[in-house]
Amino acid sequence: MTSSVLAIDWGNYWQQSIFRVAGAALFIILGAGTFVIAFLFKMMSYMQSRLGPMEAGPHGTLQLLAEVGKWLQKEDLVPDRADARLFKLAPYLVLASTFLVAVVMPFGPDAYFVNLDTGIFLALALSSVSVIGIIVAGWASANKFSLIGGLRAAGQLIAYELPLVLAVVGVVIQAGTLNLQGIVAAQHQGEIFGWGGIGNPFILTQLLGFVIFMIATQAELTQPPFDMPIAESEIVTGYMTEYTGMRFLLFFIGEFATAAVFSAIAATLFLGGWAVPFVDLDDNVMNVVGPIVLLVKMMLVGTLIFWARFTFPRFREDQLQSFAWKALIPLSLVNILATMVLKVAF
Amino acid sequence: MARPRFRFPLKGLFIGLKTTMGIFLKTMFPKRGIKTLLPAPTIGAVTVQYPHKSPPEVPATRARGVIALKSENCTVCMLCARSCPDWCIYIEGHKTKAPPRRPGGKERTVSALDRFDIDYSLCMYCGICVEVCPFDALFWSPEFEYSETRLADLLHDEERLNEWMETVPEFEPYEAGSEAKVRKVPR
Repeated sequence: MTSSVLAIDWGNYWQQSIFRVAGAALFIILGAGTFVIAFLFKMMSYMQSRLGPMEAGPHGTLQLLAEVGKWLQKEDLVPDRADARLFKLAPYLVLASTFLVAVVMPFGPDAYFVNLDTGIFLALALSSVSVIGIIVAGWASANKFSLIGGLRAAGQLIAYELPLVLAVVGVVIQAGTLNLQGIVAAQHQGEIFGWGGIGNPFILTQLLGFVIFMIATQAELTQPPFDMPIAESEIVTGYMTEYTGMRFLLFFIGEFATAAVFSAIAATLFLGGWAVPFVDLDDNVMNVVGPIVLLVKMMLVGTLIFWARFTFPRFREDQLQSFAWKALIPLSLVNILATMVLKVAF
Repeated sequence: MARPRFRFPLKGLFIGLKTTMGIFLKTMFPKRGIKTLLPAPTIGAVTVQYPHKSPPEVPATRARGVIALKSENCTVCMLCARSCPDWCIYIEGHKTKAPPRRPGGKERTVSALDRFDIDYSLCMYCGICVEVCPFDALFWSPEFEYSETRLADLLHDEERLNEWMETVPEFEPYEAGSEAKVRKVPR
C-alpha cells in the first residue's frame, strides 16, 4: 500500500483518524441516502403502482433533503419520567455500531480505512452492539410500548445474531481467512471445477450460507417480515415511540445505514466484493473502480433485502423465535459441517 | 384438540415475490415494443399527479366533497346544527306569516331562514347533518376544489351553499321493488 491513490499511511495518528471518520461518515450518509431514495421512496412505490415523492427535484430525488430539514427543525422532546441521559445517548449507540462496521469495509486494494486480520469478526461483533442501544432506548423512554419493543428487539437480534455468524463461518472456512481483503482475494483467485474465468464468488458454493445470511440480515435490520420490535400496528413504533426530531432521524439513518453496511458485507463475502474478473487484484485502477463495483453489488443485495421487505407481512413473535432456533441455526450448522468436509476433501 | 401441523408456505413466498416484482416492472417499464427498456413510471403508475393533471372525470360514488343546501326545503328546525359534532353549522331564522293553504283559512306560521353558514374549516365531513335532515335540504356534492388562502373564507354562506346544489349528482332510482321512501331528490 505504498504507491496508491488512497494511501492512508501518511501522516500521524490524528490525520489517519480524521480521514477514517470522514470516510466512514461519508459512506454511512451516502449509503443510507441512496438506499432510502432508491428503495424506500421509489422501489416501494413502484411495487404498489404509485409514484412516491415527485415534487422535490426531478422525480423527487431531493425529497430526502426536505425530510432531513423537517426532522432537524422539530422540537427535541424528552418524556417527563424518562431517564434523560440514557434516552439522549441511545440513538448515538445505535448509529455508532453501524459507523464502526463501515470502517472495516474494503473498497479497493488500497482503498480501505482499516485493514484488520480479523476484519469480518470485528464487523459482526460491532454490529451486535446496536442491540444495546436499542434496549437502552426502550428502557429509558419510560413507555410500555418502548419497553416491549426494546425487549422484542433484544430477543430477536440475539436470536438472529447466531445464524448470521454461523453463515459467515462457512465463508471463512472456505476462504481460510478472517481478513476481508483475503476473502475478496480468495474469491477472485478461486476456481470453479478448475476453471478460473470469473473467480469463484462464494454465492455459488455457499448458496445456503447466503440465503441464511440474507434472512438473518433482514431480522438484524428489524424490518418486515421481522419487524416485531417496531410493529407499528401493535406497539406504535416500539423503542422509537418517544423519539422525535434529530434523535428519530438518527434511528432512521441508522436503520438504512445498517442496511447499506450489511449489503456491503454480503457483497464482499458472497459476491466477490470490489474485485472484477479479468482485472488484476493489485491494479491501481481498482482503487477507483472498486468502490463503484462494490456499490453496484451493494445495490443488487439491497434490492433483494428490500424486495422481501416490501412483499411479506410480519411474523408472529413465537414463529420468529422458532424460525431462528429450529430452522436457521440447524441449517447453518449443517452448512458449516458440509463446508468443513468438502474443504478437507478437496 | 390437536393443532394442525404447520407447513412452511414456501410456494407462497415465491408467489408473493413474483407479484411485487411484476407490479414493479409493470410500473417501471409500461412501454411495449422497442421502447420497452425506457423507464416511464409516470405512465405506468396508477397515481394521477393531481394538482398538475386533472383528476378523473367521474367522481367516486357517494363522494363527500362539499355539503349543498336547498334553501326552499329548509324549515329552520336546527336538527343539523344540533347534531353537528363540531358545531360548524350556524342557523338563524324568524317566525313569519304565510298565506293560508285554502281560501278563507287561517294564516300559517312558518319559519324563514335568515342565515345558514357552514364553516368548512371546522367540518369533519361526517355527514350526520345530511343524514339527520328530515326535509331533504342538505345534499352531498362531490366537488372538492374549494380551498382558500384565508381560513375565514372557508365559511360558506347560504348563497354559496345554494350554488353547490348545481353540482349535486342526479337522483338515482332505487332498485325495482324497493319500498323505501324516496328521499334526497335534488331537483
